[in-house]
Amino acid sequence: MEAIAIKELSKLYPTRDGSVHALEQISFSVSEGEFVAVIGPSGCGKSTLLKVLAGILRPSKGEARLRGTPITGPRRDIGVVFQSPVLLPWRSVLDNVLLPIDVQRLGRDRHLKLAMDLLSLVGLEGFERRYPWELSGGMQQRVAITRALIHDPAMLLMDEPFGALDAMTREQMNLELQRVWLERKKTVLFITHSIAEAVFLADRVLVLTPRPGRLMEDVQVKIPRPRALETMNLPEFGAYVHSIRARFNAKGVIDA
Amino acid sequence: MKSMRDIALTILLFCASILAWEGIVRIFEVPTFIFPAPSKVAAALWNGFASGLYQKHLSHTLLETLLGFLLGSALGFFLGAAVALNRYVEYFFYPYIVMFQSLPKVALAPLIVVWFGLGLKSQVVNAALVAFFPLLVNTMVGLKSADEDRVNLMRSLAASDSQIFWMLRLPNALPFVMAGLDVAMIFALIGAIVAEFVGARAGLGMLIQTMNFNMDVSGQFSVLLILSIVGLLLNRCILLLRRRILFWDPAEKERLEQERIAL
Repeated sequence: MEAIAIKELSKLYPTRDGSVHALEQISFSVSEGEFVAVIGPSGCGKSTLLKVLAGILRPSKGEARLRGTPITGPRRDIGVVFQSPVLLPWRSVLDNVLLPIDVQRLGRDRHLKLAMDLLSLVGLEGFERRYPWELSGGMQQRVAITRALIHDPAMLLMDEPFGALDAMTREQMNLELQRVWLERKKTVLFITHSIAEAVFLADRVLVLTPRPGRLMEDVQVKIPRPRALETMNLPEFGAYVHSIRARFNAKGVIDA
Repeated sequence: MKSMRDIALTILLFCASILAWEGIVRIFEVPTFIFPAPSKVAAALWNGFASGLYQKHLSHTLLETLLGFLLGSALGFFLGAAVALNRYVEYFFYPYIVMFQSLPKVALAPLIVVWFGLGLKSQVVNAALVAFFPLLVNTMVGLKSADEDRVNLMRSLAASDSQIFWMLRLPNALPFVMAGLDVAMIFALIGAIVAEFVGARAGLGMLIQTMNFNMDVSGQFSVLLILSIVGLLLNRCILLLRRRILFWDPAEKERLEQERIAL
């Protein structure tokens, strides 16, 4: 069974002067346990795609299925990480992580240990009682990732989660995300506008065209895991990055 | 941080200005019914408390203010929440609320006295009316200001509307509500005093009025002093509450820093 199946999906936003096409006739599928990156220039509808999958936005046309069932609204078997950490400032780190548990009434006590384990997995041991304003941007985003994992969703949707971080922290976070993914084998849909990040993390890279977003290319990344930062120096890594960038250049858009 | 030197300077400056005041009044022989010397004000203060007169009126005014504050804030909070949460309430009631807001509420005081008499009730109602607005507006704005991303996060977790309210909108509105309480407290005091001016049997405002008729200016000064201290203390109470509740709000930390510099 496919984790994500999208068929001829379109999304139009009505505006005062006609409607804007955010996505046009996109079709692709993602298998269970696969790490797929979606890449495209700004405004190509990447975030729209993710919101449709998260059940926050309805598609205008076409169909989206998660694990066989059509998306009719938000679901409990997905975890979402947004561009900004979106932590609730009045909740401590631990309480932020347990937010999905509180919302879905899954029982705090049963998830306390898991929360602690996950926090130490992302290197935030000892920060449970801290409040968001006491953490750096990178730490906040780690809390957000932990929160997305706490209710053990089958699938992670990530919308440029490291976009706001500096380059060094970003590389570190990429490594950690890979480690978490290797350990917990979730299906991941990862949206980014960095070609290098996409190639580094993903099994497959879906390349979207500028607005309206259409699927331009579906690249399999056959670099063995675990990948280290040195992987980025390998000639095949460079070749992947180069070929994807070449597609963008041919289209007349350069981004990242 | 304040150093010992700063504290000493503050005290010195205070004493110097009191002395200068006393000196000027004595040298130029300013009549007491125009501008009393600090020694006269201190004497009036002492006599007022020694006779038990001030305690009686102070407790009356405090009670009015606090009751009015509680009533007005509660009303303002619930109405603000209703306007923020319900489109129809907003559509049908908000225009009237805005109209009412542009009215100087103290102008209503004579009417309130006609309706509620000279007793405690009319002062409480007046205090509540004046205190009500800051709470209403702030609650409304606070509840509506929940960040779009946070709402999306809650939605993506399949949270119900009531969960979004309790877990997100309400705590998110707290800084606004606290700022509203801050203003409402002082407004309640103003409302209570104005109502006493218009007509009351007790209270510091009534006392000021009576002293004015008797040309007891030193007495008036002493009551004004009490009122400013009461205002300051009430404000401090809200501030303490605010720090307790909003410990997580970075904006609160900034405010604290600024205050520390200002003090």
